[in-house]
Amino acid sequence: MTATRTPVAPSPRPTEPGWVAELRREGAAQFEGLRLPTTRDEDWRFTDLSPISKAALGPARVPGALHDADIAPFLFGHAEWPRLVFANGRYQPSLSKLTGLPAGARVGPLAELLADAPGLIEGTLGKLAVQPAASAIVGQNASAFVDGYAVVLPAGATVDTPIHVLFVADSRAPGGAVHPRNVVILGANAVASVVESFVTLAEGVALTNTVTEASLAAGARFDHCKIQRESAQAFHLATLEVRQERDSYLNSFSFAQGAALSRTNIYTTLAGPGAHATLYGLYLAEGRQHVDHQTRIEHAAPDCTSWEVYKGILDGHGHGVFNGKVYVQPEAQKTDGKQTNKNLLLSETAKVDTKPQLEIFADDVKCTHGATVGSLDALPLFYCRSRGIPEAEARTLLTYAFAADVLEEIRSRPVVDYLEGLMREWLLTAGKRGRGPARKEAS
Amino acid sequence: MLEIKNLTATAGGTEILRGITLSVKAGEVHAIMGPNGSGKSTLAQVLAGHPAYEVTGGSVIYQGQDLLEMEPEVRAQAGVFLAFQYPVEIPGVTNAYFLRAAYNAKRTAAGLEELDPMDFLDLLEEKLKLVEWGPEIMSRAVNAGFSGGEKKRNEILQMAVLEPSLAILDETDSGLDIDALKIVAEGVNSLRRADSATIVVTHYQRLLNHIVPDFVHVLAGGRIVKSGGKELALELEARGYEWLTEVEGAVA
Repeated sequence: MTATRTPVAPSPRPTEPGWVAELRREGAAQFEGLRLPTTRDEDWRFTDLSPISKAALGPARVPGALHDADIAPFLFGHAEWPRLVFANGRYQPSLSKLTGLPAGARVGPLAELLADAPGLIEGTLGKLAVQPAASAIVGQNASAFVDGYAVVLPAGATVDTPIHVLFVADSRAPGGAVHPRNVVILGANAVASVVESFVTLAEGVALTNTVTEASLAAGARFDHCKIQRESAQAFHLATLEVRQERDSYLNSFSFAQGAALSRTNIYTTLAGPGAHATLYGLYLAEGRQHVDHQTRIEHAAPDCTSWEVYKGILDGHGHGVFNGKVYVQPEAQKTDGKQTNKNLLLSETAKVDTKPQLEIFADDVKCTHGATVGSLDALPLFYCRSRGIPEAEARTLLTYAFAADVLEEIRSRPVVDYLEGLMREWLLTAGKRGRGPARKEAS
Repeated sequence: MLEIKNLTATAGGTEILRGITLSVKAGEVHAIMGPNGSGKSTLAQVLAGHPAYEVTGGSVIYQGQDLLEMEPEVRAQAGVFLAFQYPVEIPGVTNAYFLRAAYNAKRTAAGLEELDPMDFLDLLEEKLKLVEWGPEIMSRAVNAGFSGGEKKRNEILQMAVLEPSLAILDETDSGLDIDALKIVAEGVNSLRRADSATIVVTHYQRLLNHIVPDFVHVLAGGRIVKSGGKELALELEARGYEWLTEVEGAVA
């Protein structure tokens, strides 16, 4: 490793309990020992993180005060949705709004919870995200995190509307590395929906390395939607690690459109019988963007189901990577799992590496997986044109249609509408950019 | 309206049309019949500009313009409509959106303002009656999961919205039960105008009981081997195609 080392002194806070300080020490040691993964590591074969090391980013500083107008372009849905805003990792109380929450719910910045009720999260923070594939970046996060969001709901509590968490990277401030740390704990039959948005306020090289741990008790339901639209110079690393007890349900969606280089890890363990996970995603890449998703679904109990659909649209020299792992442990009988990854290449120079991976150690299971990489089919294109729709418009329409159905899996309609809008905008600018040699249609 | 002269076309290097000459005037209905593999569907698709076929010779003049020089969308905007033998499924695009995009493309090409979604819905409501459908069909994805009959009806709905000058129906009767056949045929008949023409490509005479042709042409081996009035269709129904293809063989 010749790249400049990013300084990572653990940053304990005086108000933090001892076990958090210990977590930070361990994380720093883990990161020092492993450094960032390289392409020699199977889990990172297609994604080269050396540009991040080379950028040698220090901790992002506190930016100047942000105002409502600064974040207005990134808001959507309804004004009454609870909202937490972080700028370069720091909580912004004046831009946040925590009303309309049920009794007994703790929703707010993690640092605040660590200061006044750390016992609530001791069993979760740092206990779930322990997978080797992500350990170096998770370790770095543990050593350096300043804040993040916490959602702790008691048994039976329901938050009806999505909680919008907006992570703003403000590149006007020096430094550039931000490590948000988030915790979600849902008691039995509790229901919560979190939408995480990652956006950039000013262009500049920056790193986001976010880690979210979520613990779902029996019968809980968690909708998690991550929207990544950072600037074209940004590096983005993300890890979601979920543990699901009996009959709980995780519905995860990852929308990735921004950043020069991004890697999103979505991991869940189906630890109790009858647990159900649905993992969906849509990634868009153009220019020289690199967008990588790794998912892992661990079937560790009988009678669990998992459905997964990831779609990618790659233009220019964009490079998409998908690796979906499904593990079925010996005790996970009657597992029902289905995994699909479909990619649409809009240019000759766009590229995809896809690797669905199924490892089954139980004998009574139903599991399928599949992946496709292709260009627009010739026949639907001709059908549209034969009805008078001009070729460029027909291509946009069919590209949109390719991805639209997966967005419908998000439960909140305003979120679906918002992402449909982002996708349409992306397609229109893709059309105007000119995309070099278009791929020949498959006939 | 349409003058086809000595049209030849290939698919994947194989010659399928071997010199078609046909003249269609406004107000007329022409039936193109023939055995499987005779080239009748190819003729329909070549007229619509299907990219799988290469025109190797001859000419097609549509309303005074060189049709073969026009992109498929330009042909459609100029009033050419092909009802597909196998309508294409487009998951993710609703019927309403698709129809409006097609309708507005035609208006834009004619220098007219696009119709907004609300006004377009009013227009659709009228057109839906023609195929005896309710509005729920409009929120379904184009042909996705439609039965064979629904797909054919959807073709006629598109035709009703686009009001073509030259409608080409490619085996529109295949896969239809008698009730659906009647709805489709009545739709086509009610869309006929004095200044429009219809070409009906079919293997069987059945559809021609409902859409009565002025002329019947028999295609075999990529050429028109016989033309006549509507009574020719009945003769074909009774005698089959063999006697004609034998004649063709003798000539060739």
